[in-house]
Amino acid sequence: MYAFEYVRANSVRGAVSALAKHEDGKILAGGHTLLPTMKQRLASPSALVDLGAIKDLAGIEQRGRSLIIGAMTTHAAVAASDVVKASIPSLAEMAHMIGDPAVRNRGTIGGSIANNDPAADYPAACLALNATIVTNQRKIPASDFFKGLYETALEPGEIIVRVAFKPPSRAAYMKFRNPASRFALVGVFVAKKGSDIRVAVTGAGNQGVFRWRAAEEALAKRFNPKSLDGLKADAGMMNADIHASPDYRAHLVAVMTQRAVAKALGK
Amino acid sequence: MTSTGIGAAVRRKEDHRFITGKGRYTDDINRPGQAHAYFLRSPHAHAKIKSLDVQGAKTKPGVLAILTGDDIATDKVGGLICGWMIHSKDGSPMKAGPHPALAQGKVRYVGDHVAVVIAETVGEAKDAAEAIKIEYEVLPAEVETASAQRQGAAVIHDVAPDNTVYRWHLGDKAKTDAAFAAAKHVTKIDLTNNRLAPNPMEPRAAIGEYDSGDGVFTLYTTSQNPHVARLVLSAFIGIAPEHKLRVVAPDVGGGFGSKIFIYAEETVCVWAAKKVGRPVKWTSDRTEAFLSDAHGRDHVTHAELATDENGKITALRARTIANLGGYLSTFSSSVPTYLYAPLLSGQYDIANIYCEVDGVYTNTTPVDAYRGAGRPEATFVVERLVEAAARELGQDPAKFRRKNYIKSFPHQTPVIMTYDAGDYAASLAKAMEIADYANIGKRKRESAKNGKLRGIGISSYIEACGIAPSQAVGSLGAGVGLWESAEVRVNPVGTVEVLTGSHSHGQGHETTFAQLVSERLGVPFENVAIIHGDTDKVQFGMGTYGSRSGAVGMSAIYKALDKVIEKGKKVAAYVLEASAGDIEFKDGKFTVKGTDKAADFGAIALQAYIAHKFSGQELEPGLKEGAFYDPTNFTFPAGVHICEVEVDPGTGSTRIERWTAVDDFGVVINPMIVEGQVHGGIAQGVGQALLEGVRYNADGQLVTASYMDYAMPRADDLPSFHVGMTVTPCPSNPLGVKGCGEAGAIAAPAAVINAITDAVGHEHVAMPATAETVWKACQRASQKLAAE
Amino acid sequence: MASVSMTINGKAVRANVEPRTLLVEFLREHQRLTGTHVGCDTSQCGACTIHMDGKGVKSCTVLALQCEGAQITTIEGLANGEELHPMQAAFRENHGLQCGYCTPGMIMAAIDIVKRKGHDLDEHVIREELEGNICRCTGYHNIVKSIAAGAKAMRGHAGLQQAAE
Repeated sequence: MYAFEYVRANSVRGAVSALAKHEDGKILAGGHTLLPTMKQRLASPSALVDLGAIKDLAGIEQRGRSLIIGAMTTHAAVAASDVVKASIPSLAEMAHMIGDPAVRNRGTIGGSIANNDPAADYPAACLALNATIVTNQRKIPASDFFKGLYETALEPGEIIVRVAFKPPSRAAYMKFRNPASRFALVGVFVAKKGSDIRVAVTGAGNQGVFRWRAAEEALAKRFNPKSLDGLKADAGMMNADIHASPDYRAHLVAVMTQRAVAKALGK
Repeated sequence: MTSTGIGAAVRRKEDHRFITGKGRYTDDINRPGQAHAYFLRSPHAHAKIKSLDVQGAKTKPGVLAILTGDDIATDKVGGLICGWMIHSKDGSPMKAGPHPALAQGKVRYVGDHVAVVIAETVGEAKDAAEAIKIEYEVLPAEVETASAQRQGAAVIHDVAPDNTVYRWHLGDKAKTDAAFAAAKHVTKIDLTNNRLAPNPMEPRAAIGEYDSGDGVFTLYTTSQNPHVARLVLSAFIGIAPEHKLRVVAPDVGGGFGSKIFIYAEETVCVWAAKKVGRPVKWTSDRTEAFLSDAHGRDHVTHAELATDENGKITALRARTIANLGGYLSTFSSSVPTYLYAPLLSGQYDIANIYCEVDGVYTNTTPVDAYRGAGRPEATFVVERLVEAAARELGQDPAKFRRKNYIKSFPHQTPVIMTYDAGDYAASLAKAMEIADYANIGKRKRESAKNGKLRGIGISSYIEACGIAPSQAVGSLGAGVGLWESAEVRVNPVGTVEVLTGSHSHGQGHETTFAQLVSERLGVPFENVAIIHGDTDKVQFGMGTYGSRSGAVGMSAIYKALDKVIEKGKKVAAYVLEASAGDIEFKDGKFTVKGTDKAADFGAIALQAYIAHKFSGQELEPGLKEGAFYDPTNFTFPAGVHICEVEVDPGTGSTRIERWTAVDDFGVVINPMIVEGQVHGGIAQGVGQALLEGVRYNADGQLVTASYMDYAMPRADDLPSFHVGMTVTPCPSNPLGVKGCGEAGAIAAPAAVINAITDAVGHEHVAMPATAETVWKACQRASQKLAAE
Repeated sequence: MASVSMTINGKAVRANVEPRTLLVEFLREHQRLTGTHVGCDTSQCGACTIHMDGKGVKSCTVLALQCEGAQITTIEGLANGEELHPMQAAFRENHGLQCGYCTPGMIMAAIDIVKRKGHDLDEHVIREELEGNICRCTGYHNIVKSIAAGAKAMRGHAGLQQAAE
């Protein structure tokens, strides 16, 4: 790692002012993407502003019809939460599929979303569940938040505070793991809320997380795996690397979507 | 059998320190005043170094020295060596290009060593390395095994203008071709044996130290064979004569072959320690390990099997191109030649075998021995061929194998080896029973009901272990003898220390070797200490690889124990006032034949040291004996592994549902440890078959340089294993042991691929059989079905 | 340099460190607790697993400064004098280790699994929960056995929670 300055923030406001002081400063949430990147000298922030001590950034609560998850809530906490399991069980299941137990003990929802890794799981959940990302400045609908590979709508000095989810009537996440990294080679989050059906795909797209509109339309007619028979995702939109060709990823998107729908239906 | 003797599942002595965090690995050692080394590595696969300017970098904070290939040349530090001479068909010696520890004028793979920065901290060394000014002229890179020899390929070493290290062969070509011409049926197959990264969990590390007072160097290093390291560093690289160089290999966190070799890093650490006047420490990180630890396998092979009208195998021929990387690593030349082709007879009675191997240079990390070394490649060829032949002939693969097995011993193959003992049909029968082979049809139908494809695959492997008779390997080009040494020191109170040239890095020698001593001397297991891994303590040793520590290392101890017992009898004769010829030794007691006069081992040890009962002129005091054991033959562990898989045709993902291993390792010293070795070997073999593969892009950049991209087998990739044994004692060593360390890695890949090809109904499934690979095979199979 | 204080294996520790010091470096190089190992650079192998405030954490992916006020337990803090922790004993009894390098991380992860999943662990659960710990020697077979046995032995082991935290 390159040398950097370390700031332990005690409040979101304090974190924002620390960031303002350090031109190349970065937020340190769970650190499970940032620190490995820094260890390989692929990032050289002048300062890290640690949010770990800001107690009210972590926590889960059902507020009316919204499930609210604080930005510093760990994946382990979401996976184990009775509140989440009662409200959106598929979200708890998804959180349980991130990384491994030790990673889930440190990695946070806010960090995952802010990083927007094209193979991360949370962006798919946020997009499918039509989440609202609440920052210190504003509320951003998930559909406006994810802007391609590692890009988000966050402005400099803007910090995610919490994420609000509206429980769907049916939802499920299916993940086909990259055998090496265990990130999603293809992950599909399907959610149905009334007539609103969303199919969000991570891992596969060459521009990061995306909604598979054709599948959504097919499922709007009838929410059943059979509605997707013969439907193919566009290989031209897919990522190519040593782990999978675009054709295979496109195929997996269709298979995982069908399986997610079946799972959402309890099949 | 006693509770701690031969055959007992004794819990391991060494475990206490490991489970309490008190193991002592190289990186756990810190020497007073130590500085840290960081290697600047080539970012290019193939380039000329046009200029290299370290002056600015030298002024960075904490920097003690920056050394380059020029300094290596000035100090006349010898190059790294390849210790096994292979001759081509035409009799010419292999083409070994220079291999300096720091590059001189040219780099030949990504990760090649360009300069070393020695600084107060690793961080400062890395910071300074970024300030080194270096200009490369990038050259075209040759990456692919199959095309490295083509016309117009970039020349990697001037000495080998066609990038060919050797064109070697074994067997009788004319006879074999004639047998093929007369064959009723010929099965042909094209195979790639995928390149693997060994990945012991402990990365390599080294600390070099120089004591200017008496001119002695010390190297702490992650080595499987510290004496060989010392020999090479002194006799060839010329850093210090052997008596001025101590090499210590403390606890070593796995090796799998990769820690046999003498690398640039430890060479530089020792040399630099004198130059900077401080101990110099280097610890690899995982990405450096991927770049610089010698890789394994990487063969491209075309192979054919001839059968007669009765389904009897009559001949086998194979042509292999073996990728040796950018330089010849320590034993690299022997792996695709003498450790490979002599095993192409498998467990089968094949009258005619011919094999050609071209070793090639490419702009990739050097390739050398990795768990199994040559024998997994041979087994994969034989067992894929045999499986494909059985299917083509419409025969049950188990029956086809049984029919063609060698049934009497000793058996001389047409490719050097004389198999000494075995009962292959017994292993097959037992494995089929444990695997419930008879009911596979029923299980396949059940899987089909759930939309899944089930397959079963057999691998009847053989290996040549316990390497090796020194005279024999010498005649084949080895630069060293492959005996082992042992010294047994009995203390005056009857406790025993055994100094062995074998090195334990997970194998549990401290336990199994103590079991042997406990059994033979009748002393309590707790009273035996096994000492290894330090050239100041152990006189010499050839180290641990090729499943040789049991068959060769323990045989040396056995021989030394014989001498201890003989000496003990002489002492006992004085003590018990009898003639030495009447003394018997059994269960820890010396007795006088036909009397009740007896003395236990500890009492005689004490008498040997106090020397009151005999004159020092008649018998030397003390009880300490050494032995060198040179084996008379290789050992031939063999067995049958059966893999059962279920494939999800929707995604192509494969799950191993059941694994059966029945191995014949001869006499087993500690079944718990032996089974553990089998488990680990299977996991590495499954890793090769399903998950692992080193990948370079066309420019020679290593794409799989971390666990983000190189898929290591994890707990949820594997099932629990059903392990059984059969025993035919090895006749060529006193213990009857054969060796178990590599069996799983040798057997497993073919078992997995035979199972998958059975499931998907298509013969062409390459390793690693990733989900996409298998999915495509499913697609091809269904297209073929549709076409029919 | 920045100041940090934490409790390691029950002992209060205060030190000045460079901000870029990882917890594993702090443990190994500053505290000379070399039982915690480093096997990769990408937070995957788990050889560095320790307990931070009672939870399994990869110490290669935490800054020492992030541990201000934390309770850290390493492999060296598990045994009660000569008495091994039941999970340590189970690894030995079931031959759950060969070279020993991944073992401290495995044992720390195993105890974390028991805390979350209880004492009756089936093979499938153990294998899934071991996703973040890589072993190259054992093929996991005996590690799985060790953890199942260790989990049972941990039941009712008095004072264990404290010893582990």
